[in-house]
Amino acid sequence: MKQIADFKLVEKQDFGRSVMLRLHAQQPLPEILPGQFVQVRVDGSPTTYLRRPISIHDVDFKQNEITFLVQQVGEGTRHLAVAKIGDTINMVLPLGNGFSLSEKGERCLLVGGGIGIAPLFYFAKVLNERGVRPTLLLGGKTESDLLRLADYQKLGETFVTTEDGSLGEKGFVTQHSVWQKQQFDKIYVCGPKPMMKAVAKLAAEKNVWCEVSLENLMACGLGACLCCVEDTVDGNVCVCKEGPVFNTRRLKW
Amino acid sequence: MTIDLGRGLVLRNPVMTASGTFGYGEEYTDFVDLAQLGGIIVKGTTLHPREGNPYPRMAETASGMLNCVGLQNKGVQYFIDTIYPRIKDFDTNVLLNLSGSCLEDYVKGAEMVDALDKIPAIELNVSCPNVKQGGMAFGVTTTGIAQVVSEVRKVCHKHLMVKLSPNVTNIAEIALAAEAAGADSVSLINTLMGMAIDAEKRKPKLSVITGGLSGACVKPVALRMVWQVAKAVKIPVVGLGGISNATDAVEFMIAGASAIEIGTANFIDPAVSAKVAWGINEYCERHGFATAADLTGALL
Repeated sequence: MKQIADFKLVEKQDFGRSVMLRLHAQQPLPEILPGQFVQVRVDGSPTTYLRRPISIHDVDFKQNEITFLVQQVGEGTRHLAVAKIGDTINMVLPLGNGFSLSEKGERCLLVGGGIGIAPLFYFAKVLNERGVRPTLLLGGKTESDLLRLADYQKLGETFVTTEDGSLGEKGFVTQHSVWQKQQFDKIYVCGPKPMMKAVAKLAAEKNVWCEVSLENLMACGLGACLCCVEDTVDGNVCVCKEGPVFNTRRLKW
Repeated sequence: MTIDLGRGLVLRNPVMTASGTFGYGEEYTDFVDLAQLGGIIVKGTTLHPREGNPYPRMAETASGMLNCVGLQNKGVQYFIDTIYPRIKDFDTNVLLNLSGSCLEDYVKGAEMVDALDKIPAIELNVSCPNVKQGGMAFGVTTTGIAQVVSEVRKVCHKHLMVKLSPNVTNIAEIALAAEAAGADSVSLINTLMGMAIDAEKRKPKLSVITGGLSGACVKPVALRMVWQVAKAVKIPVVGLGGISNATDAVEFMIAGASAIEIGTANFIDPAVSAKVAWGINEYCERHGFATAADLTGALL
């Protein structure tokens, strides 16, 4: 069941352009699946009138805590980045549909680009709990984009690309040598749209099942306003309600 | 608290949710007990299915937002077959917002909706700014609105509420034309035509360049128009436009509205509609109004 809840900021870690926020709720969290998102009320100023959809980086059900990894890209995320410990942040959660969970024995690859790596952390954690050890392929423009790399490495074999070659293989995630060396049953992608399209194309060429997580501009987050639509084989559908995770076969990419 | 808008449309309280901001009600049942609302007005529906406009359809503005959804919906028949059975037993008034691109579509659509027992009223949308031959063509002239309202009136035995466009020179004149053509009530305002540009890219932010502005920023314009229309017509006026809390709602009623609709605020606080209903009650108690209906036109 979806709920509106106040969270208190209990920990903040600065990564330059990005920030990690750990938030605590008084009441128990609802069930939250990897790939689902929350709508955050930033501060109600005229320039951040609407809620902001934010992906879920990690969840601790025992502590009633949820963690975001947020990059400052606009007014909303800039406001979030300057939140202080003890500040109250109101959220609507959980929203949308998560990633399809792999079964034991399936070889799955999680591909993240830029801040798109954020939801893959919680996803990889849940996969591990299910006995699935995923492979991770994380890409950034430069070394400093690859946040919490050591923590990701604990969750599965992790490969890295950077566009400037400062860490891992130089180039885009689609150019990494792992594509030649390993076979996968399922590929999950979160990152900028051009990167997700490139991975989806590669997956299609290899005839491998692939899911992507979209982040179209949203207003309601509940499937009411019909603003965040993506063109699919079933026509325009709301990313907030029918996504944000889509099987690429459903998309007109 | 009950509000009688005429021809069988009686609301438990003055609060309804505006078309296009509350889905079919189902999207909000985790947050709002629908029995606490006067009514819900479901998404704008046209006779034939519409895919709507391409993405991007939304741009945030200072204290508001622009949208150019373009009436995406699966058509009246789909509504009747698939959605109506799911929502007809909601413990509140379920109104259907009906739009069209030509007179025949409005009339045919109204005829089909008229046959649905559990829909007590049609909100006739003659004011959508986001469709090329959209209803707005009808809603911006007195002759256009008279024509569509009188034709729909012939087949509609339910309460007929006509939703007015603010994109006109004299909204009171339009409201009077709707009243003369047989409207049971008017609701206003629909969105204000607007535009947003991305300066860095030198491109419009919306796929079809212009869109409808809604949210807190339109409230003073809406309030002024409700006041003007309420002075001009004898039928009930339903006020909407930027209502975000109970105080806003009370202001619209004092200006002359008999009931109100909450729109964009549902996106920011999905529970706001029930809070507004409660807040109007609280205001009435505090100011000695026996019933919310007494607030209508109580401007000193």
